[in-house]
Amino acid sequence: MGIELLNITKKFAAYTALDNISLSVASGDLVALLGPSGCGKTTLLRIIAGLDLPDSGKIILENRDTTWLPPREKNVGFVFQHYALFRRMNVFENVAFGLKVLARDKRPAKSEIKDRVEHLLKLVQMDWAMKRYPSQLSGGQRQRVALARALAVNPRVLLLDEPFSALDAKVRQELRRWLRKLHDEIHVTSIFVTHDQEEALELADRIVVINKGRIEQQGTPQEVYDHPANAFVYNFLGNVNVFHGRIRNGWVILGEQHHVEAPDELKNLEEKDGKAFVRPYEIGISRIQSNGSDLLGTITDVRLLGGQIGLELECDGFNTPIEAEISRELFRNLELGRGEKVFVTLNKVKVFTGDYEI
Amino acid sequence: MASLTRKKRTILPGFGLSMGYTVFYLSAIVIVPLSMVFLNTLHMGVQPFINAVTSPRVLASYKLSFSAAFFAAIFDAFAGFLVSWVLVRYRFPGRKLLDSLVDLPFALPTAVAGICFATLYSPVGWLGQFADKWHIGIINTPTGIVIALIFIGFPFVVRTLQPVLEELEPEIEESAYCLGATRLQTFRKILLPHLFPALLTGATLAFARSIGEYGSVIFIAGNLPMKTEIAPLMIMSKLDQFDYAGASAVALVLLLLSFAMLLVLNGVQDWQQKANH
Repeated sequence: MGIELLNITKKFAAYTALDNISLSVASGDLVALLGPSGCGKTTLLRIIAGLDLPDSGKIILENRDTTWLPPREKNVGFVFQHYALFRRMNVFENVAFGLKVLARDKRPAKSEIKDRVEHLLKLVQMDWAMKRYPSQLSGGQRQRVALARALAVNPRVLLLDEPFSALDAKVRQELRRWLRKLHDEIHVTSIFVTHDQEEALELADRIVVINKGRIEQQGTPQEVYDHPANAFVYNFLGNVNVFHGRIRNGWVILGEQHHVEAPDELKNLEEKDGKAFVRPYEIGISRIQSNGSDLLGTITDVRLLGGQIGLELECDGFNTPIEAEISRELFRNLELGRGEKVFVTLNKVKVFTGDYEI
Repeated sequence: MASLTRKKRTILPGFGLSMGYTVFYLSAIVIVPLSMVFLNTLHMGVQPFINAVTSPRVLASYKLSFSAAFFAAIFDAFAGFLVSWVLVRYRFPGRKLLDSLVDLPFALPTAVAGICFATLYSPVGWLGQFADKWHIGIINTPTGIVIALIFIGFPFVVRTLQPVLEELEPEIEESAYCLGATRLQTFRKILLPHLFPALLTGATLAFARSIGEYGSVIFIAGNLPMKTEIAPLMIMSKLDQFDYAGASAVALVLLLLSFAMLLVLNGVQDWQQKANH
């Protein structure tokens, strides 16, 4: 096991940041800690690195109990959100720092340090900037240097705290793909913290969804996305329409009286309140009524969302507008526009009641 | 084409007026009074000037002023570093009070400070009695002068260092620890290089201020000829004897030396900015 956390609890004066968290990360995995800001994910990362101490619990890195070790003895690589490069050192010196501070008997020879730093800078595609100072680099370049610096000491685990959130959208996406490729090459056990569900879905082998200091769900991106354990996870992983629904006699009733056939598991359930979720792209838009349960809606707003078109629909019996996403092609073919009437089909309605998934 | 020759437009108004005011202010408050020192010495002729500034008493006073200011500045660099570190890095009750106490030497009339020192370190004073018992000379010695100058220069170091310390994110230190550096290594290789220029600036300011300090020193110094006379006191005593030219000559040398200090300081600041890009 690469990283094993046992019952980590951390309380601050006013609130509980981490509430009895246990988590295992297999060697070589790239894991995302995903959650809203303030959910405790960064605190957890800092505790693993030894930069914060837990109130109770155990941290086992590669079968070694490191709970009470200071950060310098843990041998973890830590990449900060705002890079935290050493401003008065150039790129080469930054990356070499971890090797130069080793005790004399463990420190590699100068030429070895040079080779290793050059190798790492090639790996992060920054070997052209060895003599530059951090202030002469862009945010994305700085973060790559920070990554090379963290890797220089051969860390057992690599921890990244919102590594891309200070970068602009284009660079963020590039760097994300690049990090995934890099991880496939070097296979160091890694945990990164993010509040961006897209980033987590695209990058991670496994996702751990955290909310209010507790783990809500963990699994592969596919599992978490397709089978969210609860309303929070479903809500957090992407845009969603929320309806207050009611389950009765095998039907889910949304709005005033819109019926959707309930999935098998809840056919036998007696009457119950619940919340229903539909992703915007699971909503069908048509000029022709396909079956009796279609809603009649009026388009109140049209938005361009890159490759997709976003529609805002007002439907009879629903007091909040419904968000839908359709392809540009469909939008053109149906000759849609503001004020047009269309039929709306709700596919894949997900209903949660109380604590368990239905 | 006329528009090409018009002066550049800027959004900020009133450059002409404010620049004119700046030049006028600098002339009236700084340049004109200081040039009087030059003019006064011009009447003297070269030989009397050299005689005036190289008399053994004057030379001894320069030596004392500069060496005392130097040692005080060194001490202030250490003490000021510690205090600004504590003020920036820790949160504790009474921090605000401590922070404003630092400014006291700025605000206190220097003569008041001088009297305080003189009473405190006199052979019957709170601290002076111990010094007297163990035969440590403080009052009427260079040591006393250094103590007074430490007090005067102290806030300069703290106030220049504080903002630089504040902008040094804790993450920088944390990343050094994660990379395996010990506390000492982190201090030596990361913190000190970062803070050194500000420390040097603060110490230089304290030094420059101490050279000219008069009020707080004369009470504790005892003003013994050749032993504890500081340079500003030499000016005063020459004025007392109506030797205006001689006083101006001593003042001119002090002025030039202070100006040289400021040039060095500017050089240091330039270097600091370049290193920070």
